Amino acid sequence: MKIKDIVEILGAEVICCEDLLDTDVERAFGSDMMSEVLAFVNEQSVLLTGLVNPQVIRTAEMIDMPCIIFVRGKRPDLKMIEMAEDRDMVILCSELSMFTACGKLYAEGLRGGMSE
Amino acid sequence: MMDSIKLHYDVPGDDFTRAGAASGDVKRNLKTLGISPSVIRNVSIAMYEGEINMVIHAGGGVIDVEITENEIIMTLADKGPGIENIELAMREGYSTAPDNIRSLGFGAGMGLPNIKKYTDEFSIDTKVGEGTTLNLKVYIQ
Repeated sequence: MKIKDIVEILGAEVICCEDLLDTDVERAFGSDMMSEVLAFVNEQSVLLTGLVNPQVIRTAEMIDMPCIIFVRGKRPDLKMIEMAEDRDMVILCSELSMFTACGKLYAEGLRGGMSE
Repeated sequence: MMDSIKLHYDVPGDDFTRAGAASGDVKRNLKTLGISPSVIRNVSIAMYEGEINMVIHAGGGVIDVEITENEIIMTLADKGPGIENIELAMREGYSTAPDNIRSLGFGAGMGLPNIKKYTDEFSIDTKVGEGTTLNLKVYIQ
């Protein structure tokens, strides 16, 4: 799956790094706890979260996540968008809940980004 | 044989939004040096959790990183309250972080266990009322 497929599946809005929408992604992880993301994500995955602060971008940076999807209509501020642009990280915003967003992506073939 | 590279960071304790800046800088340095992605990832996660801990619990601190041919050595020192019970602090899920930290995505009691998980050598020197120093090493395979 490419990030642009995620945009379509979720009806998401692209916030930054539109030029990277052709990036391939195979896995995803959904959490509002960043320590869990750091503990469990074993592969380069997309992050779905309802948490909005700069540490979300930093957490994604530490494990080379190519894309962050903010769910439940949450929106990053200007500072976070600048941080993501500096790190070549695509940011998407979706109005869907975490459960629905994850379900839709799973149904289309995206798998969990945690060793199971 | 390459000379070792030394990096030093002052981590301010009053700005949670900036926590992780030092770890991000180390990560970029390691990338430039051509270190393998898995090693970079281990160093980044361990140091980032340590940096977050410094800001949450200790009012900041200093981080020294030494990159040698065979290993990356990280020393994270703070003058915070110290850790009263290391055994408890190492237990997954145990946290003394206040609720407002949990609402920021941390404070789940995963910090120290995560640091141990992602490093090859791990030790803590701590004294209540004086501070805590973490000594970490990640081997370069």
